[in-house]
Amino acid sequence: MGEDKFDVIIVGGGLAGSTAAYILAQEGMEVLVIERGNYSGSKNMTGGRLYGHSLEKIIPEFAKEAPVERRISKERFSLLTKDSAVTLEYAGAKTGTPGCESYSVLRAGFDRWLAEKAEEEGAMYIYGIRVDDLIVRDGRVCGVIAGDEEMESDLVILADGVNSLLAQKIGMKKELLPSQSAVGAKEIIQLDAATIEQRFQLNPGEGLAWIFQGDCTDGRIGDGFLYTNKDTVSLGVLTTIEDIDGKETTIPQLVDRLKNHPAVKPLIEGGKLVEYSAHLVPEGGYSMVPTLYRDGVLLAGDAASLVINLGFMIRGMDLAIESGRLAAQTAAAAKEKGDFSADTLASYQQALEDSFVMKDLKFYDGYEKVMEDRRLYQDCPAKADRLFADLFVVDGSGAKDISKKIVPDLIEGLENYNS
Amino acid sequence: MTIEDKLGVDKFHTDEINSHIEVDKESTDMEEIQKVIKACPAGLYKLDDENHLLFDHLGCLECGTCRVLSKGKIVKDWEYPIGTRGIEYRMG
Repeated sequence: MGEDKFDVIIVGGGLAGSTAAYILAQEGMEVLVIERGNYSGSKNMTGGRLYGHSLEKIIPEFAKEAPVERRISKERFSLLTKDSAVTLEYAGAKTGTPGCESYSVLRAGFDRWLAEKAEEEGAMYIYGIRVDDLIVRDGRVCGVIAGDEEMESDLVILADGVNSLLAQKIGMKKELLPSQSAVGAKEIIQLDAATIEQRFQLNPGEGLAWIFQGDCTDGRIGDGFLYTNKDTVSLGVLTTIEDIDGKETTIPQLVDRLKNHPAVKPLIEGGKLVEYSAHLVPEGGYSMVPTLYRDGVLLAGDAASLVINLGFMIRGMDLAIESGRLAAQTAAAAKEKGDFSADTLASYQQALEDSFVMKDLKFYDGYEKVMEDRRLYQDCPAKADRLFADLFVVDGSGAKDISKKIVPDLIEGLENYNS
Repeated sequence: MTIEDKLGVDKFHTDEINSHIEVDKESTDMEEIQKVIKACPAGLYKLDDENHLLFDHLGCLECGTCRVLSKGKIVKDWEYPIGTRGIEYRMG
């Protein structure tokens, strides 16, 4: 092996890339991470909440040192019409028990921390370099091309995010489809910690995760979200790209719509916008997962479309971390064997299949079809509003027999659902 | 607060000369144009008074929505900006 050849080059210094780098460096392998931003996380955003379990396996009690925002202790789900909200809140004891923690995070700080951890273990990082292409010889990926420069390695891990143009270039992935991708737009709104804790009824250090359906997407497929951070609130909207048409509202208008909703507005009153961001989310489920390995190359994280979107729950980061770990283990075994061919790298696919990543993706396979039912975003919020208005509103015109309304509504709903 | 105001809060290292997105500004496919106008989270696609498509890469958040939506139609080419350039999230 030449002096200037790496064992592994990782494209992308996000969670999948840095997790892989961390483990490979621990294994004593020569690893280079190439990140196009000026630091890890500088191109990344999340809603967002990190489910901690997969990182916990690698760095136990990571939350004690990592820049997490708040430990999520409270979940809310709301159905919104233009001027009403029907809200379910869950504050479960189990959410805080070891192995079940989740945290609100902001990626610029978090990804940077993880990259520094990998660097401490001996991984090499170069920032501000865009990888333009891959070196392919006889169908085998042998390194990367950035501008005039070529860098060689036994293995390339593509952890370059949802728009993995490199995976597309070598034919491992097709162009993303509007039906399989959502666009998320988010505002980060600054408030002080005490105000957040008071308004959202939280203990110090604890946080809220809140998902909205209905008016915030103007009835489109998608949802709104709000996560409390230390002294900011992340608030935004996620909409399937294919569903942009048909309504007049623009994506930026949807974010404003959620901000100005009566259920949200007073909670962020007086807050100051400190960042506006946008990102794509792959949400095609299991069937969208592309070819994950080839001679000399593996895909990990969003580049591999490892995201589960259930509407009330969106997971990507915990899957990215696990895939980074398994990619690194595969690489270490391949190095031992001295063979980075597709035959050897196939064990990555198997390891993912055996892990929660593919098990969970398979478990929810087809769920994206349920999510595509527009009644969830249009009829359900309106029906919920009417039902609760009948339950709680007294106008003096005589009480209504709500059982006569609820039962037929439920039956109709079930019939619709079964059809 | 307008979308321009919101983008004004963000940090960019814009490549003033080269656009990483090549847009067919001559397009008259209004249906397609309306889609990208509505979908771009940064509101970078606009129509002028005479219904000509306007686009400026300044303020691009590099999400790729327009690529997914309209590659080969309004969007002729879409690459990431060269290294160090473009949006730099300080929070993310």
